Amino acid sequence: MVMVNLILILLLGGVLAMLSESVSENMPRRVALVVILVDLAYLLSELSGMPSLTQLQAPVPDDPSTWLMHFKAQWIPAFGISIELALDGISLLMVLLTLVLGAIAVSSSWTDIMVKQGFFEANLLWTLAGVLGVFMALDLFLFFLFWEVMLIPMYFMIAIWGHENRGYAAMKFFIFTQASGLLMLVATLALVTVNHSATGEWSFSYFDLLNTAMTEQTAHWLMLGFFIAFVVKLPAFPFHTWLPDAHTQAPTAGSVILAGILLKTGAYGLIRFAVPLFPDAAMDFSFTAMALGVAGVVYGAVLAFAQTDFKRLVAYSSVSHMGFVLLGVYAWNELALQGAVMQMVAHGFSTAALFMIAGSLQERLHTRDMREMGGLWQQMPRMGAVAMFFVVASLGLPGLGNFVAEFLVLLGLFQVNPWMTAVAALGLITGAIYSLILMQRSFQGEPNPKLQGHGLVDFAGREMLTMAVMMVALIGLGLYPQPVLDMAQPVLQSLLDMTSVEMMP
Amino acid sequence: MEGLNIPLNHILLVSTLLFSIGMLGLMIRRNIIFILMSLEVMLNAAALAFVAAGAHWGQPDGQIIFMLILTVAAAEVAVGLGLVLQVQRRFKTLDMDSADRMRG
Amino acid sequence: MVDMIWLVPLIPLLSSILLMLGSATLPRVLIGLLGVCSVGAAAVLTLLVGLEFLANPQPFQLTLWTWMQVGDFSPGIAFYFDGLTLVMMSVITGVGFLIHLFSTEFMEEDASYARYFAYLNMFVAAMLMLVMAENLLLLYLGWEGVGVCSYLLVGFWYQNSANGQAARKAFVVTRIGDTAMALGLLLLFTELGTLDIQAMMGAADQQWQVGDRLPLIACLLLLGGAVGKSAQLPLHTWLPDAMAGPTPVSALIHAATMVTAGVYLIARTNGLFLLAPTAMMIVALVGLATLLMAAFTALMQSDIKRILAYSTISQIGYMFLALGVGAWTAGIFHLMTHAFFKALLFLGSGAIIHYLHHEHDIFKMGGLRSKMPVTFWSFMIGSAALAALPMTSGFFSKDQILLQAYMLPEAGPWLWLGGLLGALLTAIYSFRLVFVVFFGEAKTQPDGDTGWRMALPLVLLCGLAMVGGYFIIPVAEVFPAASTEHPAHWVEYVSISVPLIGLLLSYLIFHSGQLNVDRLVNSSLGQSLRRFWFSGWGIDWLYDRVFVRPYYRLSGTMLNEPIDAIYGLIVAINQTFNHWLAVSQTGRIRWYVASMVFGLILVLTLALQIPAEAL
Repeated sequence: MVMVNLILILLLGGVLAMLSESVSENMPRRVALVVILVDLAYLLSELSGMPSLTQLQAPVPDDPSTWLMHFKAQWIPAFGISIELALDGISLLMVLLTLVLGAIAVSSSWTDIMVKQGFFEANLLWTLAGVLGVFMALDLFLFFLFWEVMLIPMYFMIAIWGHENRGYAAMKFFIFTQASGLLMLVATLALVTVNHSATGEWSFSYFDLLNTAMTEQTAHWLMLGFFIAFVVKLPAFPFHTWLPDAHTQAPTAGSVILAGILLKTGAYGLIRFAVPLFPDAAMDFSFTAMALGVAGVVYGAVLAFAQTDFKRLVAYSSVSHMGFVLLGVYAWNELALQGAVMQMVAHGFSTAALFMIAGSLQERLHTRDMREMGGLWQQMPRMGAVAMFFVVASLGLPGLGNFVAEFLVLLGLFQVNPWMTAVAALGLITGAIYSLILMQRSFQGEPNPKLQGHGLVDFAGREMLTMAVMMVALIGLGLYPQPVLDMAQPVLQSLLDMTSVEMMP
Repeated sequence: MEGLNIPLNHILLVSTLLFSIGMLGLMIRRNIIFILMSLEVMLNAAALAFVAAGAHWGQPDGQIIFMLILTVAAAEVAVGLGLVLQVQRRFKTLDMDSADRMRG
Repeated sequence: MVDMIWLVPLIPLLSSILLMLGSATLPRVLIGLLGVCSVGAAAVLTLLVGLEFLANPQPFQLTLWTWMQVGDFSPGIAFYFDGLTLVMMSVITGVGFLIHLFSTEFMEEDASYARYFAYLNMFVAAMLMLVMAENLLLLYLGWEGVGVCSYLLVGFWYQNSANGQAARKAFVVTRIGDTAMALGLLLLFTELGTLDIQAMMGAADQQWQVGDRLPLIACLLLLGGAVGKSAQLPLHTWLPDAMAGPTPVSALIHAATMVTAGVYLIARTNGLFLLAPTAMMIVALVGLATLLMAAFTALMQSDIKRILAYSTISQIGYMFLALGVGAWTAGIFHLMTHAFFKALLFLGSGAIIHYLHHEHDIFKMGGLRSKMPVTFWSFMIGSAALAALPMTSGFFSKDQILLQAYMLPEAGPWLWLGGLLGALLTAIYSFRLVFVVFFGEAKTQPDGDTGWRMALPLVLLCGLAMVGGYFIIPVAEVFPAASTEHPAHWVEYVSISVPLIGLLLSYLIFHSGQLNVDRLVNSSLGQSLRRFWFSGWGIDWLYDRVFVRPYYRLSGTMLNEPIDAIYGLIVAINQTFNHWLAVSQTGRIRWYVASMVFGLILVLTLALQIPAEAL
């Protein structure tokens, strides 16, 4: 029931935020922040009653009673559809990330939303509700439902509050995600049908579908359906082209949520569904998937370097970073998977922060074009220093979370395919190139004469507090990542055990 | 009811004629009033066929359907006349070809 | 006492964080005090720990916490302390302290005083992590940390785009090496199952034979990191440009400490390199090639800092040569003495630049001997040590290197000969600098001579540069014992006399003018050689054409997403169909009715064609 409440709080909170606009224009954002914090506090208080996470027994993937939380209620019994939610270490990690970044997203758009504030915050909360649902749903039909729930409010956020080219970007985002979601739906239905013909029972439950027997050919095609749905979201090369447009055009909070959280649903889907449901097919496919990952790492980095739009550069850097996640997942050993999970968390913070900085710059300069910037450090030293921190985080400076993630991925990958690792490691070099050029074009260099005497306001209390949360998070992840690793470890271990059993002849 | 024994075929022929006239009107008229009138004619042609068939088989169904058609026709005219007013107001004409904004 | 060793990097780190947070509010005096004293405290702690270690020379290790634990992979935040660590820590904190003190005067007028010391302290902390790390991953943390600090400090005056360019070049070029090193780490962990340096060398000894392929690959990958950081061929191009930073930064980072990290890395992992003789030979050749290339280039430069930068590259080349021939102790010894005299020279040049209104061109200086006596003597002593004149510190270290190189079977004498040529050039270019800048006629007027905060570090470093050669570094336990054989006496005499010949030549050419080389220089061959050497053997030009420009072009042409064209095609196909079908949509009721009727007739006709029994 806890999990249902978590989602309901956000859904109803959204309605409340919308209604509160009639009280005062500034009310919705406060309501939204409070709702998210209440949700987070509720989750934490429920967790505090649980056995310590580090002593968790490894959850058996197909035995729900071993999971941290499990909830099941009938919905459409005729087709075996139920409201089934469950929580294990990885989902919990993602849920926590979602709520924290949600609060940060509200803070990031504290002042830049001018119209329909109530509806904006409502959309934000509903997106978060959808994301929570995605991370917890273990009924494939419900999962698909939440997959759509998080998409539609996001579409509105881009289409209504976006920047100059928002219509195009919103539509592109919608079509890409919708088309890939359709593939997933078809694959789900086919999987359920296959399961029905094998067992004679209709069921959409993850636990029932895990061990569905099917021919190699079927497994291959169904796996592809899930794979494409998830890598479009991730996004992996060559399905990434919606991302630069959507990120660039979305309002700051939208970019933060998109980059910080929504992309992770793709990675989560790969780890939770695409590989465990079809282990053999996924293993056969792993070389192609990893090749796509490497291509994404390098391609994203090369394109990021050429961009003149601050947000677009960060968006392409996401493509590059998420390539590492794809590599980590398909290398499918403990090191690489831990790296992938770590990357999901660390990238969430580092990119969210960079988008916030981009948003702050846009609010002050009314442009994202870096040719119009330059030497901003002089007028805004605090923002410059913060930007420098997150830039070096994103280029993988050891001691910060992103390094741990990338190193673990590479370490795991090296045991599978050293040559591919060598190519992926190019991402470290190209990453440095685009990260530093970002800093050079915006905060360093000759101060742009057009900006002199504009009275640019440096980061103040609220912004510094938000940034400090993320900086502390990244340093913590970089120097003592153990809590996160421990949370994911039992889950990953049992997934690995399960797939290795399946792969035995 | 002696003496008035018109064969069914004749009535259906009239009905078909009426329907064809209505349809022809629909196809060649541009004035929206005439279009509506043509539609009425077509509806009534169908209604006539129903009544005749009902009488022929000695069943009440035909007359029930006639009542339904009457209602549909009334509703249609109500909506149609509303449209006529709107068309007149927007385009200052009753020529339906002027309202071809949906052209692809 | 030794348990407190973790405080040594922590104090500068905390001071750095404090300076960043308080950059706007702290008074300048406090900033300077914090910056200098934190490194001073680290130096004192190092001294105390060092004394205790020397009394009882037992290596020890200290684990603070497990960094991460994934399966068998469990590197710790852990320190390892032995004689080599002590030498490195002493150099970093000792020389670092003097340079910090120097900086308080040098940077006095700068608006970003706090930012400067914050970066500089952070650098010291990162460098200490590098040399104290027990495992290669923590070493890599320090390694990248110093890289970022170097980037920040080279681009310290960020408002000039050229500085930013130099800073990025420094970071990216070293990052290329770092990536090779990271791959080396991956290989070593995958093969040996640990990154703990001592355990790893033990495991390597067990698993691998001398001359195996895997240790060779691993060593070459580590060497990639080392040549990047230590500015050796082919990744040396960043160092001359890195001179864009404040001069004390060049002294600390780009002369005394960071650039020698590569030497430290190879010395630290000597157990691996001993398993790969081919890699050792490559190290020696890289060193030799670099030292000659850089020495020729230094001879042609006119920017005082670039001369020193190329001479740094050249001297590190000697250290690589030493490592390559297995003269580990000599290599580390040269690292230490070089830190003394090169820091001295850089600080001296900093004093000149400071009082000459940021003049870098040596030919616009001259006759500074009487006006800046402290600086003059600093340069005299520094250059003497650099040229390895007898009895200076540089003499002892370089002499050892050359003699041990000679003892290497087969290639030894050739390496020795190359090293001698380098020594000759070193003497010529270092005294060329002294004669041009301090003798001759005065062309500019300095504002004065150094204040005490500049003079004290110079004087102390002069002392170290003179007597540093008599230090005995406690690294006997760290490295395998060197052979005690000595080469023939004539070899020693030649080695000693070559720098003196160089000094004489330099005197004759650049001071007395008795040896006129104008004819030689002005011949067409001389001119083209001069240009070639001046440009650093055209390597920058080559890289620009082969790597930089193609990369710009590549990303420029891909700017508009070639992949999106595929999706654009799908859109275009849809639109075409849409246009075709839209033709039928006329917006006319008559047309629609007519087509309905026609369609109806068509359907009915077709329906009638079907025989009744088929229905």
